[in-house]
Amino acid sequence: MTLAAYATELTIAGMAIATYLTRVSGLYLVRFFNVQGRTKAALDAMPPAILMAVIAPVAFATGLAETAATAITAVAALRFPLIVAVAIGVASVVALRQLMG
Amino acid sequence: MAFDWLEFRRGVVDILPVVTAALPIGLLFGTLAAAKGITPVEAMAMSATVFAGAAQFVAVDLWTNPAPVLLLTLTVFLVNIRHIMMGVSFARHMGKFPPWQQPLAMFFLVDEMWAFAERRALAGPVPPAYWWGMSVALWGQWLLGTTVGSLLGRSLGDPRNFGFDFAFTATFVCILIGFIRNWRTGAVLAVSGAAAAIAKLAIPGAWYIAIGGLAGVAVAYLLAGDEAREAEVGS
Repeated sequence: MTLAAYATELTIAGMAIATYLTRVSGLYLVRFFNVQGRTKAALDAMPPAILMAVIAPVAFATGLAETAATAITAVAALRFPLIVAVAIGVASVVALRQLMG
Repeated sequence: MAFDWLEFRRGVVDILPVVTAALPIGLLFGTLAAAKGITPVEAMAMSATVFAGAAQFVAVDLWTNPAPVLLLTLTVFLVNIRHIMMGVSFARHMGKFPPWQQPLAMFFLVDEMWAFAERRALAGPVPPAYWWGMSVALWGQWLLGTTVGSLLGRSLGDPRNFGFDFAFTATFVCILIGFIRNWRTGAVLAVSGAAAAIAKLAIPGAWYIAIGGLAGVAVAYLLAGDEAREAEVGS
């Protein structure tokens, strides 16, 4: 009963600790990697590989509007600064969602 | 050494589009939390100490009264597992951070900030002031949005109607483009994208990011160029 009274506080603390553990652990795990050769190539590929994994459900498995808007954003990113390309992407997803219902 | 305000400002400016897009998301989070009986002070405390959008949305979605402490803690851990990989990669570019600042800096390891930092790292170690600029702007905004949203306590409309939800994907796409170097990067992206999309459809939860990321990294390891393999033999 007494524990239930603090359930919200305990949950927030648990969430904060769980999140921080995932964020700080890389700092200590990286020491176990011999960062050269193939291992370096693998670590260097982490940013694009993870970014791709993050966007994949929206880019390929949400809807035609999202897939098309992702492609438009990618093309825009080749020509324009980031903020402009993001604005083009957001505008195109709104328009495409309207068109495709 | 004096604090590098120029880099601090650069960090704020770079993260500004994300801050703008995240404002309605923060408001929405606050209103959803209020609907579940979470008080404005509790919502503010959660945003301040957890500072993880996706995990907080999932937790509030699963929220019951009293809160299921272990279930929510474990769920949040699973949603955030991707940060372990991001941290390993970012840790290699923290050479300019004093050792005592490094664990503190990792508290702010949000996907969007990590992506900007990795882009910055293509040109050398990340300047600490750049990271702190992004941290202050995004953390402050997340706190403000959550608190205002939970005080209003009613929905302000779905951010999807304005395409704000897509702003995050669009930001990642733009940053991703800068990482494409050669055919090997293309192969990494094809495999990680396919693996993540399939995992998302096949497995409930947030495993798809770790699965896609690991698949792409495995491809990079296997395809590593001759230079990389020779360096390994020579070591």
